[in-house]
Amino acid sequence: MQYKAPIMSELVAEGKSPEVVFWVGCAGSFDQRAQRVTTAFTKILNQLNINFAVLGTEEACTGDPARRAGNEFVFQMLAQQNVATLNNYGVKKIVTTCPHCFNTLKNEYPALGGNYEVIHHSQYLQTLINDGKLKVEGGAFKGKRITYHDSCYLGRANEIYEAPRAVIESLDADLVEINKSKANGLCCGAGGSQMFKEDEPGNKRINTERTGELLEVYPEVIAVACPFCNTMISDGVKGVNQQDDVKVLDIAELISQANSY
Amino acid sequence: MDIFLSIVQILIFIGLVGTAFYFGFKKFKEIYDNINLGKPETINTTLSFRIKSVLLIAFAQKKMFKLTFAALLHLVIYVSFCITQIELIEIFLDGFTAGHRRIFHLAEDTFFQSIYVFAISFIEFLTLLTLVVTIIFILRRTTFLINRFNKPELKGFPAKDALTILTFELILITCIFLMNGADSAIRIKELGHGYGFLIGDIIGSMLTGLSFGALEVLEKIGWYGHLCMVLGFLLYLPYSKHLHVILAFPNTFFTRPEAKGEIHNMPAIMHEVKSMIDPSYTVPATDGEVQFGAKDVFDLSWKSLLDAYTCTECGRCTQACPANITGKKLSPRKIMMDTRDRMEDITKGKKEHGPDFVDNKTLLGDYITAEELRACTTCNACVEECPVNISPLSIIVELRRNLIMEQSDSPSEWNTIFANMENNQAPWQFSPEDRLKWTEELN
Repeated sequence: MQYKAPIMSELVAEGKSPEVVFWVGCAGSFDQRAQRVTTAFTKILNQLNINFAVLGTEEACTGDPARRAGNEFVFQMLAQQNVATLNNYGVKKIVTTCPHCFNTLKNEYPALGGNYEVIHHSQYLQTLINDGKLKVEGGAFKGKRITYHDSCYLGRANEIYEAPRAVIESLDADLVEINKSKANGLCCGAGGSQMFKEDEPGNKRINTERTGELLEVYPEVIAVACPFCNTMISDGVKGVNQQDDVKVLDIAELISQANSY
Repeated sequence: MDIFLSIVQILIFIGLVGTAFYFGFKKFKEIYDNINLGKPETINTTLSFRIKSVLLIAFAQKKMFKLTFAALLHLVIYVSFCITQIELIEIFLDGFTAGHRRIFHLAEDTFFQSIYVFAISFIEFLTLLTLVVTIIFILRRTTFLINRFNKPELKGFPAKDALTILTFELILITCIFLMNGADSAIRIKELGHGYGFLIGDIIGSMLTGLSFGALEVLEKIGWYGHLCMVLGFLLYLPYSKHLHVILAFPNTFFTRPEAKGEIHNMPAIMHEVKSMIDPSYTVPATDGEVQFGAKDVFDLSWKSLLDAYTCTECGRCTQACPANITGKKLSPRKIMMDTRDRMEDITKGKKEHGPDFVDNKTLLGDYITAEELRACTTCNACVEECPVNISPLSIIVELRRNLIMEQSDSPSEWNTIFANMENNQAPWQFSPEDRLKWTEELN
């Protein structure tokens, strides 16, 4: 199958209107590891013939790291630009693979006049599976020990705990919960703009602590649903030299690999 | 002579209660005024949501049960505290009329006598349980090294505060048993049987060797001791972390409705940026100078100030904080304690030096440092943990805003991402033209 990522401006020029906009996010666009998640999710959308589009060069950072660092000016500049772009295209529905983009688009853009139905890809995939549109082969992950690391911005911030787990369960995998999961989950260490700076003085890195908790259940795969968690936990696994035994994969990658897309 | 004694008793009682209520009211009013000095914040919730929050979170202590053992211990004290207040009805009635067990005597030889005896016995049972729990609590604070009770912010007054109240409790329990026991002993000596109290009668039967005079003195010590402990608690409460026994209710009543991930909008900056993008946009008039974020306590929302006075310093937030767990300086509990301390310091200063008091200190900098604020991952673990719905994160965000936008105090890496976001619309230094580069890897 020839995979495509239709671009909003081009579709509109052709007089077409996509049903859903795939918000790729900065990590998904530029970070090499997150790009693989973006392509995995795009492949799923293609395989299911979903009428989607990306904004491409018209997409800007949602402003999440700026707002959380305390720089409201930069947040407003980016957010208002995005709201203008989205409203200009009359976008109704957005799906994103990044919980930070998800949270900002869903909870913070309405105050700026941006009202959309915003869906995280874990929810989107869960719906596709439940509707019978997405058939998961289980395949590569059947019976594998998979644990899931809750993203703070998906979990505590937006109370989405079941959707990513439902996606993992569709693989016929052995989903093992760690002690501190769901509302009790520990942050990977990247939120609040920590991703972009050195840690404050302390005795341990947060991702090392969290990875330790995840490795306690001897998983073969640590599933994540956030590009920043992905980076942090991957680094944590490398830090204890277990990268050959424990894979850190996004739930979109689990599906695309299981179905050999 | 009897009448004279009665009048003296009533005057002592009114004097004690009046003084306690006067000073108590004054201090509570001070706290109320401080909370009202906070910035306006509208809490958009329905009355049914508010009542539900109070019933579930404050009344039924739902979130306490994340730690079952601690929650059960706390529940004992909480239930005893509430139910023991029934006894106060009679204490007040007796106090105002120089009487002795007036309710009992009204109920005596009627159906209500058994209800009275049951009520007092039930209170005694709860009091005994409270004694056990109080001892466990003291051991948890002093002997067992429970991590969240051994953090730096608890050194000094906060550690003493916890033990002070536990000592209050031990004295109160002693007074209750002394009062009921001596009273029962007198009755046993007079009538050959006690009141029928579960524990009071047992203690009474052991005290019958004492003279009537001695027993009456013991009974009065118990009675006045009980009263003084209650009034003392009332006076001490507003200075202590135990203020939560009252403020947990309004604080959960005003629970914020937003998704935890939402950080509230700043209309002033929204308008300013709008007018930059669209020059024809007219910025709505604002009343005078606008300061971004919070530098001092009264720049915070009144809800954050109420949060600070409600905090019980239990440390569940700090125990769950990823920054604190990994040895960073940030402790969400300390954020709340500092906010309250700052308000109290300003109040004290104003009292001593008049209403124009300034000490050239601010919450940001002198109480809470940039290092603490910068360690926060905004993960909401502290907010999730708090048994009374406090948000340390709201304060952290407001202080961060001031640090960045008013004081331009930002780590260099953050300055870099701000510049990248302004110039490239991404935190990294990639050209916006390359946003679709990933599509090359699609096939």
